[in-house]
Amino acid sequence: MLRDITIGQYFPGNSIIHRLDPRFKIVITLLYIIMLFSGGHYICLLIGAVYTFGAILLSGIPMKMFWKSVKPLLPFLLITATLNLLLMGTGEVIWQWKFLKITENGLNTSVFMVIRIVLLIMGSSLLTYTTSPITLTDAIERLLSPLRKIKFPVHELAMMMSIALRFIPTLIEETDKIMSAQKARGAEIDTGSFTTRAKNLISILVPLFISAFRRADELATAMECRCYHGGEGRTRLRQLKSAPRDYIALAITVLFLAGVIVIGKILD
Amino acid sequence: MAILETQELTYTYSVGTPFEKTAVDHVSLKIEEGEMVGVMGHTGSGKSTLIQHFNGLLKPTSGKVLLEGKDIWADKEKIRDVRFKVGLVFQYPEYQIFEETVYKDIAFGPKNMGLDEAEIKRRVYETAHDIGLKEELLERSPFELSGGQKRRVAIAGVMAMEPKVLILDEPTAGLDPAGRDKILDHIRRYHERTKNTILIVSHSMEDIATFADKILVMSKAKLFCYDETVNVFARADEISDIGLDVPQITKVFGELRRRGLDFGKEVYTVGYARDLLLKHLKDREVR
Repeated sequence: MLRDITIGQYFPGNSIIHRLDPRFKIVITLLYIIMLFSGGHYICLLIGAVYTFGAILLSGIPMKMFWKSVKPLLPFLLITATLNLLLMGTGEVIWQWKFLKITENGLNTSVFMVIRIVLLIMGSSLLTYTTSPITLTDAIERLLSPLRKIKFPVHELAMMMSIALRFIPTLIEETDKIMSAQKARGAEIDTGSFTTRAKNLISILVPLFISAFRRADELATAMECRCYHGGEGRTRLRQLKSAPRDYIALAITVLFLAGVIVIGKILD
Repeated sequence: MAILETQELTYTYSVGTPFEKTAVDHVSLKIEEGEMVGVMGHTGSGKSTLIQHFNGLLKPTSGKVLLEGKDIWADKEKIRDVRFKVGLVFQYPEYQIFEETVYKDIAFGPKNMGLDEAEIKRRVYETAHDIGLKEELLERSPFELSGGQKRRVAIAGVMAMEPKVLILDEPTAGLDPAGRDKILDHIRRYHERTKNTILIVSHSMEDIATFADKILVMSKAKLFCYDETVNVFARADEISDIGLDVPQITKVFGELRRRGLDFGKEVYTVGYARDLLLKHLKDREVR
């Protein structure tokens, strides 16, 4: 069950998308999000979808992985879509039952929202699937480095992020192990009444926290042993270098964004 | 009747994803009541996955697990009872301790079984004695204890459920030699008192050789062999081939045989080796 969580899961490969400079990829993803939210016509969404699926095809990552990242959010999506559908009171009424009514505006808004969010999730999953967490934080550090001038702790932030990302799988594994061990002692975790389950949660949380603190302590010691002293004067093993393909990818994205904005304006 | 039996047990992880991997591949074996079994195998050989099937923590992809002749998955609702009958102690079990006192932590399993206070108390005291924990420790916080003591508290927590089969996954990993001997000694004594079936996963051939009646060897998700200790170590060369070690004393006697001194039988404990050698030297003197 816990193994199926895909947040930040890197899917190794050697496609053109994988090889793009991560800094560019982050900027492109930001532009992509702007693209999805500018232009209020179905044509604009269609362009966004074409862009998304094109990129997915190029990455060579199976569609199933994207379905996996969308699936957990489906209930949330459905609830918001239903609320939008029923509570948007303006526009032509299509269907009515007592105080509930569906209007054209409501229908459009909810369909739009669902497609937008699904595309958004797929696009951002593409970023994390094709970029290893470490390169991703490297890129974030570089992109934020101008903020250092105003004394913003950029390196510390990036380090915290890499550590957090690094330990997500470890903690998931740990939770899995502790759950199995307590189940072996007869703890009811996925069966039994709500109160017993809540009580048994303690038997998992306490060992989990203890182990997290222990790991933190060990990590801190290991870092000190290697004379870690923060970002000042640190060089990198992997230097980020941009290549022509990065500029081409950026140019394509900007073109798509411009297209969406222009078409949106024309159709208005 | 075998207490624990598997029939063509197969388990595959992450079916239908690129990470699909068969960890246990058509394993059939029978474990008789009262046996002390050593489980050997390389990291990733599937032994941990196998033992998690014995108490129903994992459900076989195909094949069956029988406890006292009954399929444990016949009634899904009763799987918790299986866990009380087959106690499983994981690797580094001290990391699962969570209660405020040693007593409460050992009592966690029995409490889940729905036993009354008096029975729980009896079991906690009895297992604490079995595993060599002094009574005054019972009211202390388990987090103040030493590593070896914590380990024993965690093992006692499973023993207190009085399972018919006790499975321990590397109970001595990461302990110093004194702590290791102590734990093995207490497990052996527990075995003698209760006559229950015990399975111990271990990497140390020396340990396994001293206590196991039978040895189960896993290799690359398959059952390599399951036989009496003597017969398993008689296949020392094959065992070395799959990357496992045989006891040092067995290696010494293998070398002696190559040089022309054959005792006929497989030697795997130091005590037995000493007796053999002393007898041999005496015989030579007489001649």
